[in-house]
Amino acid sequence: MSRVLVGVKRVVDYAVKVRVKPDKTGVVTEGVKHSMNPFDEIAVEEAIKLKEKKIASEIIAVSVGPTQSQEVIRTALAMGADRGVHVEVSGKDYDLLQPIHVSKILAKLALDEKADLIIVGKQAIDDDSNQTAQMTAAVLDWPQGTFCNKVEKTDAGLNITREIDGGLETIKTKIPAVLSADLRLNTPRYATLPNIMKAKKKPLKKVTPKDLGVDTTPRIEVVSVEEPPVRQAGALVPDVDALVGKLKEGGHI
Amino acid sequence: MSAEIRSKVIGLYKHLQYLGREYPGPNGPQKFRQQIRDAFLKHKDETDPKKIMALVAHGRYVAKEVEALYSLKKYRALKQRYYD
Repeated sequence: MSRVLVGVKRVVDYAVKVRVKPDKTGVVTEGVKHSMNPFDEIAVEEAIKLKEKKIASEIIAVSVGPTQSQEVIRTALAMGADRGVHVEVSGKDYDLLQPIHVSKILAKLALDEKADLIIVGKQAIDDDSNQTAQMTAAVLDWPQGTFCNKVEKTDAGLNITREIDGGLETIKTKIPAVLSADLRLNTPRYATLPNIMKAKKKPLKKVTPKDLGVDTTPRIEVVSVEEPPVRQAGALVPDVDALVGKLKEGGHI
Repeated sequence: MSAEIRSKVIGLYKHLQYLGREYPGPNGPQKFRQQIRDAFLKHKDETDPKKIMALVAHGRYVAKEVEALYSLKKYRALKQRYYD
């Protein structure tokens, strides 16, 4: 029986069209729908599956971010996590928060809460860093199973099938370990209304990075955030000769 | 209608209305929620407990389908963004 720590991030909803702020300092987040990072949903689902199989005894959902991050912790609690920890980081510190800070926070919490397994989504759909799991494993000096496609418990530890370029790789790890969930690990469940109500009564602890001894002062500076270039308009050519002529002109042949 | 069946029907109605909040398409949520309302109103005079339970079973099937639609939509969006 083990305790599982799940990292959840509040991100701009996947269905929202992201817009860059006119002053190029970031993307518009005010008045935009936010939800739990889809890969973190998969991580939460996997933790709940482990609990249903009696492999995990308790699931702790952790989120680092401003006060609104408690919404995604509540979502995780409604899905089936047991309690939540909200690490409050807001303002400029949060805008420039890097995976290195999050991994230090997760590592410290994992030791404090005596967790045996950390599961996070492989990446967040807002900054696409794909670093938190790897760096958390490094900070703790625990084995890591990234891009999990399948997780099985064995007597010695875990058998993990990983998604790699052009195929799957199976590895064995010991416990404790850090896992990151890939898209095909499972299908996250939809929280039911009664469970959403029950989640409001589940314990949620609030801490600050300072309490955990992690320094989150920004070390980077955002120089500019810009929209990707718009696709150039195409042109119709009357026949093959004109096409070949155009291609030659453009230096493609 | 017995209290037990009544709470099941109300629970299902609330669940479907809740699911409808994210229904895709222009005015998707309003349309979906109105349809649910109409579907429930259509059978408001039903008194046979067996028939009511059959309707509730159908409603739960619809809810499952809508949940499947949402997760498929999300899966496809992510697959398109990161894997294609």
